[in-house]
Amino acid sequence: MPEAKKIQTRNSFRGMGIKSKDIKGILPKILKRLFKEYGLAMTIILLCLVVSAVAGITGPIFLQRITDEVIEPTLKGQIALVEWQAKLTSLIVLMVCIYSICLLATTVQTQILARVGQRFLNKIRKSLFNKMQSLPISYFDSHPHGEVMSYYTNDVDAIRQFVTQSLIQFISTFLSLTFIICLMIHYSLWLTLLVFIGATLMLLVTKKVGGGSTKYFIQNQKTTAKVEGYIEEMMHGQKVVKVFCYEDESKLKFNELNDELCHAATKANQYGNTLMPILHNIGNVFFVLLAIVGCFLAINNVPNLGVLITNRNNQFVFIGMNTLTIGIIVAFLNMSRQFSQSIGQVSQQVAMVAMALAGAKRVFDFLDEKSEEDNGYVTLVYAIKDENGNIVESPTRTGIWAWKHPHSDGTLTYTELKGDIVLDHVDFGYVPEKIVLHDVSIYARPGQKIAFVGATGAGKTTITNLINRFYDIQDGKIRYDGININKIKKDDLRRSLGIVLQDTNLFTGTVMENIRYGRLDATDEEVYKAAKIANAYDFITRLPEGFNTMLTGDGANLSQGQRQLLSIARAAIADAPVMILDEATSSIDTRTEALVQKGTDQLMKGRTVFVIAHRLSTVQNSDAIMVLDHGRIIERGTHESLIEQKGVYYQLYTGAFELE
Amino acid sequence: MLKTILKRVREYLTPSLLAPFFVGLESLMECIMPFVISLLINFLQNKSDENEILEKSDMNFLIFVSIALVVCAILSLIFGYLAGKYCAIASCGLAKNLRHDLYYQVQDFSFENIDKFSSSSLVTRLTTDVNNVQMAYNMGIRTAIRVPLMMIFSCIMTFIINAKLALIYIALLPFLGVGLFTIVRLAMGKFNKVFTKYDLLNSSVQENINGIRVVKTYVREDFEKQKFAKASDEVCDNFVSAEKTVAWNSPIMQFSIYTATILVSLFASRMIINSNAVSLAVGDLTALLQYGIQILASLMMLSMVFVIISMSIPSMRRISEVLNEKSTLTNPENPVMEVKNGDIVFNNVSFKYSKNAEKYALANINLNIKSGQTIGVIGGTGSSKTTFVNLISRLYDTTEGEILVGGVNVKDYDLTTLRNQVSVVLQKNVLFSGTIKDNLRWGDKEATDEEMIQACKLACADEFIQTFPDKYDTMIDQGGTNVSGGQKQRLCIARALLKHPKILILDDSTSAVDTRTDAAIRRAFRENIPNITKIIISQRISSVEDADKIIVLDEGRISGIGTHEELLKTNDIYKEIYSIQNKIGGAH
Repeated sequence: MPEAKKIQTRNSFRGMGIKSKDIKGILPKILKRLFKEYGLAMTIILLCLVVSAVAGITGPIFLQRITDEVIEPTLKGQIALVEWQAKLTSLIVLMVCIYSICLLATTVQTQILARVGQRFLNKIRKSLFNKMQSLPISYFDSHPHGEVMSYYTNDVDAIRQFVTQSLIQFISTFLSLTFIICLMIHYSLWLTLLVFIGATLMLLVTKKVGGGSTKYFIQNQKTTAKVEGYIEEMMHGQKVVKVFCYEDESKLKFNELNDELCHAATKANQYGNTLMPILHNIGNVFFVLLAIVGCFLAINNVPNLGVLITNRNNQFVFIGMNTLTIGIIVAFLNMSRQFSQSIGQVSQQVAMVAMALAGAKRVFDFLDEKSEEDNGYVTLVYAIKDENGNIVESPTRTGIWAWKHPHSDGTLTYTELKGDIVLDHVDFGYVPEKIVLHDVSIYARPGQKIAFVGATGAGKTTITNLINRFYDIQDGKIRYDGININKIKKDDLRRSLGIVLQDTNLFTGTVMENIRYGRLDATDEEVYKAAKIANAYDFITRLPEGFNTMLTGDGANLSQGQRQLLSIARAAIADAPVMILDEATSSIDTRTEALVQKGTDQLMKGRTVFVIAHRLSTVQNSDAIMVLDHGRIIERGTHESLIEQKGVYYQLYTGAFELE
Repeated sequence: MLKTILKRVREYLTPSLLAPFFVGLESLMECIMPFVISLLINFLQNKSDENEILEKSDMNFLIFVSIALVVCAILSLIFGYLAGKYCAIASCGLAKNLRHDLYYQVQDFSFENIDKFSSSSLVTRLTTDVNNVQMAYNMGIRTAIRVPLMMIFSCIMTFIINAKLALIYIALLPFLGVGLFTIVRLAMGKFNKVFTKYDLLNSSVQENINGIRVVKTYVREDFEKQKFAKASDEVCDNFVSAEKTVAWNSPIMQFSIYTATILVSLFASRMIINSNAVSLAVGDLTALLQYGIQILASLMMLSMVFVIISMSIPSMRRISEVLNEKSTLTNPENPVMEVKNGDIVFNNVSFKYSKNAEKYALANINLNIKSGQTIGVIGGTGSSKTTFVNLISRLYDTTEGEILVGGVNVKDYDLTTLRNQVSVVLQKNVLFSGTIKDNLRWGDKEATDEEMIQACKLACADEFIQTFPDKYDTMIDQGGTNVSGGQKQRLCIARALLKHPKILILDDSTSAVDTRTDAAIRRAFRENIPNITKIIISQRISSVEDADKIIVLDEGRISGIGTHEELLKTNDIYKEIYSIQNKIGGAH
């Protein structure tokens, strides 16, 4: 629970306190990826955006030309009746053409974007997953699972927002603002100046309000995390609350927190809710001012100043010491609207972009994590003995395995897999500074059963983590049939070990699929056989749909004991030459365990087995029992010899020591 | 459902009404402005047409219009600000009240209610779902009011300016409306489908993270990668299809605006010229175009509001479910407020968890326990040991038969009285974040330090608490993860003891405690609290063998009752458990 809480609090602060240096370089990285994967599509999208932006500003031009070239002259009698109709028609036709092109561009752009955006995310999702599968176990042990999960949910979603919305909006706003500014300067410098003053004011307000809101926003997130933490704790302890009649006290405390949250949330939301209306109406005020100033200028015949880029030598030339026309004022009003709307939209996107970039950074950092390294070159193969008793490789499963060992001189040797495992003076620590296993030596001869006994944290599970190389040892050697396990390919090493883990994890799918997870090509009959070995067959057949019953949510519909039985069946079908049973029967009651015991005994026959047990019953018949304490083997021997010693094992056996 | 939610607005009714009121005023102001500006431009057009020199009355008109416009804009700003403010107060207030009511409701829930919803689903309802409703409400009372108002005001204004041209918009509205809502409906269907798949995909990621050891142990990395790629591709294809549908929004919107602009420009220009700027002027044209965009954009906003509100409907339903749930246990009228002694009688008690369940969890239980006795309960997993004891403190009600505590039917007691006198140490026990003392005080708010130490000594917890640097002020992390399983269990026992109950029930509460300490606790009970009835559930024979009476449960039925020696002779199940455990030795 506290882990969950930490993650939650961390998540609540996601996207906040992002320093610009942290996300620097992330934007180009995303863009580079986008263009690399979808160069053509992105180019088309960009082109379409340019077309749309151009069309966006033709609206005001169109209005200005109709007013100044058709309506005004006609009203003033400057052009003839016939002429204005032709002129109007040609302008309209021109507009229809431009708008049609623009419509086409928008359609193409949005359709392509829908595809590109999702494909891009799909790629990210898949690379996240592939990366995740390649990471060493130590990564998962040192990072909260919720954190890894949030890459897939929060961060990928933030990137989706960014790619499909913010990015496009930014580009198109940037384009249309550029065009609008050019056009405004072209029409009138004075009025442009006025629009700029308005825009500056809007940016200042955004900064001020935005800055003020950050404080309340953070406070809101903090209290939210507090309230949610409290709710989570209380809901999960609700039965205890009831048993102790503690309802009133918990209500009191909740009310206090709830009021605090309401206060903080109201403040934060007030800022959020009022920024848009304020910006919008500042835009309105300047819209009005523009109209008034424009009219005054026009009426008082103040000389207008516009800028034109001449075609010949690209020089800026001031044009029109003439008066402001109505057409220009009307067009300007239109443009100022567009201008302030753009600023409003961008200001709303800023927070989202910051969040998306922070999310993208976390995703990229994750993708840059170091994968599990494997320098092993000894591989595991099916083998068969030829008439001379030599080991030769076999293409099919034979029941015999061999280590295929290529040597530097190009020769190959085959060593039969026997299951002889030796730990030779092994030291290990999860972090180099803190050694948790000291000078551990274990000799497991083929077919022997070795048991580990000791308190939680004594290092029992750690030893198994070393044998299958979830972790690498600091000092000493581990040999498997005489081969240093560092030389064995990790996949092959693990394939040779059947492990039933302390925590059972099942996957969404049928019971059949879950057992078959141990060996994908197993037939249905083999699955039934494995289930029988693990004593799981009976309860499975009693499930609503037998072996085809769907398991969801880590087998939530099964009891802990039933899940352990499935996990044993899964190991049984894998049929690996060496077995490791890590507290495989801890959640099964005594009577059922006795049944499972028979199954596991059958499973262990003829194999080298490592057993970690909660109950000493499972280890009595071991060939050797190792008693671990604080990472050291303090006693070793058979059950009888250890009882005779009257040491720690004896005390454990008589129940004088606590195993927990 | 909506009614259940809206009832929770309560004291926030005023801001809930003020918000749309100010939104209305803001929209009104915003709709007036283009009209006034059109007056200004018309005036300008007249002046420039006639090349007149400005007269004093003209100046007055100009000044009047200017002031009017600036006032409109400033008012609009103020109204907009107020609307945003009241809206925040109203929506956060509603969220607060919803959380409050949900929380209070859950406090009144019985175990049965809690089982029905599950803790994590209750957490979701109190957090995510409430947030969704808050967002929808915020949107609802602001945008959902603003948008139709803007549309109506704008339509009215266009009709005032020119009824004929206004018809262009009226004609376009249904087209756009049908287009947008078709898209929304199609897209929502697709999105709902894809989100379900997306959730499944994410839960498979979760499974992989949690089960990464299994994946790596069986070398199934590539298998998982392929599985994921397939599922992810499918999700992607579904998403693309949904997004493509949504993508039609912009073109349809643009088409409508462009069509309107071209048609209005064409007809308006003709009208201006033909009427010589009498029935329509240039200023009117700009106003018309402005209103047109407002009308059509409003419709677009409306479809967005529709989406957000309909997305919050499942959340609303989940919240209402909790709010409308009736607690299955209620206090009786004229409750008995005192438990006389620790006698317990079961009269033909049967119980099943739900009415529709075929199998009884407990069947035909008859029992008579005297005050001060120690009772052991033993049986395999699924033999209903926990169910059996949960009935005594009325955490569930019996389906048939009756249970008497201190000679009175448990249903006649005041619930608080009963539960304070029947103290249960639950199997799945929880410590809360806070100091050890805070946790102990759950048993007795006014407990003195001496009483706490005394209880902890009885539960053999004092010995390890004294080794902590902060002793009884040691902070316990959420979920009690910083103490070992055995220590947690002993603290829970001490907490239950502080209630000074007449009946104490330990539901497998010493499973992580070593046998020596376990025995010490039982000895302490015998010597120090002889008058309390003690019921001990255990998997271990050693925990119950010295009890006055041992009950062997098997699949919800009593298979045998008696002392250790009696049961060894008469009960096969007991004998079997004993022989397995004894062969093993005492440990577990």
